[in-house]
Amino acid sequence: MTQNATDLVLEVNNIEVVYNKVVQALRGLSLAVPRGEIVALLGSNGAGKSTTLKAISNLLPLEDGLLASGHIRFAGQDTARLAPQQLVRLGVSHVMEGRHVFEDLTVEENLVASTYALSGRTNAAKPDFDLVYEYFPRLFERRKGLAGYLSGGEQQMLAIGRALIAQPTLMLLDEPSLGISPKLTEDIFAIIARINAERATSMLLVEQNATVALAVAHRGYIMEGGKIVIDGTAERLASDADVREFYLGMGGGGEARSFKQLKHYKRRKRWLS
Amino acid sequence: MDMDWGYLFEVSLTSVMGGGLYALAGLAFVMVYKATRVVNLAIGEMLMAGSYLFFTFAAMWALPLWLAIPAAVLASGVLGAVIERTMIRPLLGEPPISAFMVTIGLGSVLVGLVEMIWSADQRRLPDFLPTQAITVGDAFLAPKIFWGAVIASVFITAVLLVFRYWRGGVALRATASDQAAAYAVGINVPRVFSLSWVVSAMLAAVSGIIVGSIGGISSSMGVFGLTVLVVVIVGGLDSVLGALVAGLLVGLVEGLAGAYLGGEYKLLATFIVLVFILMVRPYGLFGTREIERL
Repeated sequence: MTQNATDLVLEVNNIEVVYNKVVQALRGLSLAVPRGEIVALLGSNGAGKSTTLKAISNLLPLEDGLLASGHIRFAGQDTARLAPQQLVRLGVSHVMEGRHVFEDLTVEENLVASTYALSGRTNAAKPDFDLVYEYFPRLFERRKGLAGYLSGGEQQMLAIGRALIAQPTLMLLDEPSLGISPKLTEDIFAIIARINAERATSMLLVEQNATVALAVAHRGYIMEGGKIVIDGTAERLASDADVREFYLGMGGGGEARSFKQLKHYKRRKRWLS
Repeated sequence: MDMDWGYLFEVSLTSVMGGGLYALAGLAFVMVYKATRVVNLAIGEMLMAGSYLFFTFAAMWALPLWLAIPAAVLASGVLGAVIERTMIRPLLGEPPISAFMVTIGLGSVLVGLVEMIWSADQRRLPDFLPTQAITVGDAFLAPKIFWGAVIASVFITAVLLVFRYWRGGVALRATASDQAAAYAVGINVPRVFSLSWVVSAMLAAVSGIIVGSIGGISSSMGVFGLTVLVVVIVGGLDSVLGALVAGLLVGLVEGLAGAYLGGEYKLLATFIVLVFILMVRPYGLFGTREIERL
């Protein structure tokens, strides 16, 4: 690794994850998030992207998953023995796939619930509700309403807003674009980029929508079958021929082709990384 | 048949007030179910445990009432914490039926302990409710039932307010709503589980003390829990509002059946209500229907 270890907020080293004691989801995955950067983690369905995030935030046991081997270090500290809530309090906030807002609670109460993330912090952090409402004015308008009645996009905003309350050092974002219109996706990603720039929050961003993800990310990893197959800066990935073909849908000159000509999903094996 | 409206009014009022106790005990049940999804079949026995603790403090140790009541409630809270920590927490992640079976066992253990420590004899609790007769219009109300209902509604209101405005209440409702997300926002979920058992045990103790001071205590008073189960199923297992409404409703039905048909028809009437409600609304009156966005 070329980078100085102290610059890395998150180091994931050769981890393996097994579900239900039999299904192996991750096979020796390694990645790193440098401080202050957005790192995109891309890959097709079932590649293990969400599993990676759950392994980092220690939410695996809820789904009968187990970190079978490897190490995860957040800010230099091994996280294996930390309960999920302890990890959140240390500064790792996980915005889960499918938003997971508290539907029976109001928007405001959702944010209040997140203030538990601040307990036990040494620097006596106060919850900053205004900050959330500044990034997401829509949430302010609907703060008294039940979160279950928000639109999908608004729920995603609330999920990110909840994480913001926790004032995280590292934000894990799992598919913020899931089920959201392209226009709203654009807005949300613009805000993600703003949060990263203005608050120096490091981010690990899981996405299926590689185009929007690589547009905001500094660097990226591409996963396949439970491990990393390609990594590099966002510009390099966006111009890589394979990535363009398989993840950005821009292969072979870009003109429309008929399904007859579509070549089989075949790929060079990559043994590097 | 000539209808005696005054009698009907009196019976209804008394029954609804008696239903207040069902509502309070139902709230204790819902508290645990909502947070932890554990069906606590030992709710009646926890009620009994609370009343025996009160009996010990007030009658055996002769503590003054202002001390004996809070002491009994607090001791019940500790009991709730111990039950959660030793019997329920180890079953986290196991199928719900396991915890359910454990609570059946817990009920038997509590009955056994009570019979070992205090014997199976019926006992009287010291009188602490005012005995002056209460009249509403022409209706005469048994003072114990009236004051029992007052205490129950004070506690119900307090619990509702606390869980609406206190941050711990938000944590409990958040955990009930989405456990994984509760972990992800930094809530200590196991502690919330513990909290729900403590509060539930304390509420059960309050209702146990009132029930005991109305009808005396014995090792078989856990059957009160049977009616509480009817209440929470009718109301919808995870609904606080349901427990309150169904508590009053079941109290009313039971009282009317007792007055017009005879005491032996009380349980029959309440279970007929149960069957009927389940036929019409399988999730109970106010049981969760998920908010659906289309």
